[in-house]
Amino acid sequence: MSDTTTLNKQESWGSRVGLILAMAGNAVGLGNFLRFPVQAVQNGGGAFIIPYIVCFLLMGIPMLWIEWATGRFGGRYGNHSTPFILDKMTKSNFWKYFGVFGIFTNIGVAAYYCYIESWTMAYVYHSIMQTFSAKTQAEVAAFFNSYVDVAYSTTGIPFEAVIFYIVCLALNTYILSRGLSGGVEKVAKIGMPLLILFGVFLAVRGLTLGDSGAPAGCADCNAYLGLNFLWEPKFESILDPKVWLAAAGQIFFTLSVGMGTIQCYASYVKSRDDIALNAMSAGFMNGFVEIVLGASIVIPIAVGYLGLDWVLDNAGFSMAFQTMPYLFAQWGPFLATMAGVMWFGLLFFAGITSSLAMGTPWMGFMRDEFNWSREKAAWSFGLVTLVMGLPTVFFYQQGVFDEYDYWAGTVSLVIFALAESLIFAWLFGIRRGWREINLGADIQVPTFYKPVLKYVTPSLLLVVFLSALVTPKGNDWEAAFSGKWELDASSIIGKIQHKGIVANRAYFSDVLESEVEGVVFNIGRTARRNRHLVEIAQQKTFYRSPAGVRLYEGEEAVDKSLLFDSLVVVKAYRIAPDKELLVKVGDKVEVGTPIAKGGFVNDIFYIDMARLLLMGLFIGICVLVYVATKKREREGKTGDEIVDETYPGDDYDVTNS
Amino acid sequence: MTTSALITMITVQGTVTLVTAYLFWRVLTTPPKPEPDSFADNDDVPR
Repeated sequence: MSDTTTLNKQESWGSRVGLILAMAGNAVGLGNFLRFPVQAVQNGGGAFIIPYIVCFLLMGIPMLWIEWATGRFGGRYGNHSTPFILDKMTKSNFWKYFGVFGIFTNIGVAAYYCYIESWTMAYVYHSIMQTFSAKTQAEVAAFFNSYVDVAYSTTGIPFEAVIFYIVCLALNTYILSRGLSGGVEKVAKIGMPLLILFGVFLAVRGLTLGDSGAPAGCADCNAYLGLNFLWEPKFESILDPKVWLAAAGQIFFTLSVGMGTIQCYASYVKSRDDIALNAMSAGFMNGFVEIVLGASIVIPIAVGYLGLDWVLDNAGFSMAFQTMPYLFAQWGPFLATMAGVMWFGLLFFAGITSSLAMGTPWMGFMRDEFNWSREKAAWSFGLVTLVMGLPTVFFYQQGVFDEYDYWAGTVSLVIFALAESLIFAWLFGIRRGWREINLGADIQVPTFYKPVLKYVTPSLLLVVFLSALVTPKGNDWEAAFSGKWELDASSIIGKIQHKGIVANRAYFSDVLESEVEGVVFNIGRTARRNRHLVEIAQQKTFYRSPAGVRLYEGEEAVDKSLLFDSLVVVKAYRIAPDKELLVKVGDKVEVGTPIAKGGFVNDIFYIDMARLLLMGLFIGICVLVYVATKKREREGKTGDEIVDETYPGDDYDVTNS
Repeated sequence: MTTSALITMITVQGTVTLVTAYLFWRVLTTPPKPEPDSFADNDDVPR
């Protein structure tokens, strides 16, 4: 028996329920509460659920089976991370190095994900201290901006954002160092039930709020309006390709496929044990948290207090930190504290059960290949993640965080999942793959999934990838197919070309250019650091129905008098006090108009540095895989040694199991 | 809420809740495989 076998013999899951909770915890993340309801609202409300369920059944469940089966197959040969799992499946050097994505993605995502997790820790503290009571909505939103400004402290602790980040990362690392059953599984067993409990409490509040929180004069402040908008079927949207792409994207990200974490967790499952039922259980548990709890909290509560208009304009990730504390504060001190602790506690558990999963592929790799102890592997993960993550903390406002999220947390996942589905069905072979899924299965996997796994799932993933690669401007596929295919700034090609950066395109410049057009609405000084504040506004026109509810595309304003104009601040620049302003109130500015001079380091510099860091990480892991390969060759390891004593052999007929 | 929105919400949320509960019940009630299995908690001798 090799050293590798001896080492990993010590690592195992404590119980089947623990494994499923850990897998569900890996999938359940902040997106379940923040991304899903926003996607549903933006894509046809109740009708969004039809493409969502179809994509879940044709892409989500098959991908879960593929990753569970891939992982358990790899574990049989003593491999607990994707480079050598794919190597074993394909016998190809190329795919072995492609498997680096399964470690790279996790470190890249953990680097910024732990930062979000640290916000939830800090906000639990602030909820207990009742920091948000008596603050206006704008003040609560501004509080978040202060928090992520590293130089400013909201608690008196210097560099508190950095301190909370390091504490959060250290906590993750410590739990990882306790192993799967002693650390990860224990957290999942505590965290998931608490998450569901907190979620149920808040969801009941969201479902029963009605218009009881509506401020005087707000016609559309009613939680039921929010629920109605979320669930009212608009069947015409089913024919819109944009809706299908949004549903496929949501299924893809919510299940945490394409990361390498599921493979790593499943690699500790023995051949005799089930993966088919386990995968479905974990997948549906994630669906329950998303569809039942996630849809019943943020949107209805926010609409209940701020109105449907406001929510539709502002719905997004930032609501969790910039809006929810204000809404809870309306419930009185005791309930506000309780709701704050539950909301941010829920997000913390959603976050930590995912970030712990991100540590395990690196640990599995270092333990398998270099015989590192669990503690050494865990702390080395913490160190690498810290080095990668600190730039996201210090340069959050310069776009480093978003860059990590895009390349490591979005593009890499799609590429890796597409490759995995192709490898599983076409290189590993659907016959072997199907056998692997059914080995030890506690449920009968419907046979129609065999062609789905071979043709439908890879095709769907290919469509998701291509749509991300060449997303047309404004996500307008109709215009694109009619010949006007202008790339959107959010497309992969658009991102590579920095299409979203319309001004300040040099790393260093003497003048700061406006990134928007409009009118200089206000010039002042910021309270904390006495910086110049330049606010640029645009005139916007809104349409309302007689009931006061805003009308949307496809609906007609029945009366022209229902139109109204409003001056909206679209960009606020905070400029160091030693710089010289070049504009005054009332000036019209275009994109590229200089607004200040005195020497600037532009965001594009930080964005490109973030890309270099990510590339460096990827190359670094490739080098480690190369070193491990050479080490295996020196030690005479073929990779064919089976370390799972329960494997019944290649000739075993799974239909008899 | 309109009737169609209410029906959609109850149908979807109810179905997802029931399927999740059913699958979890299947997990809890399926007899464990003979040792050695993947799970340390039911080992005779701790690993």
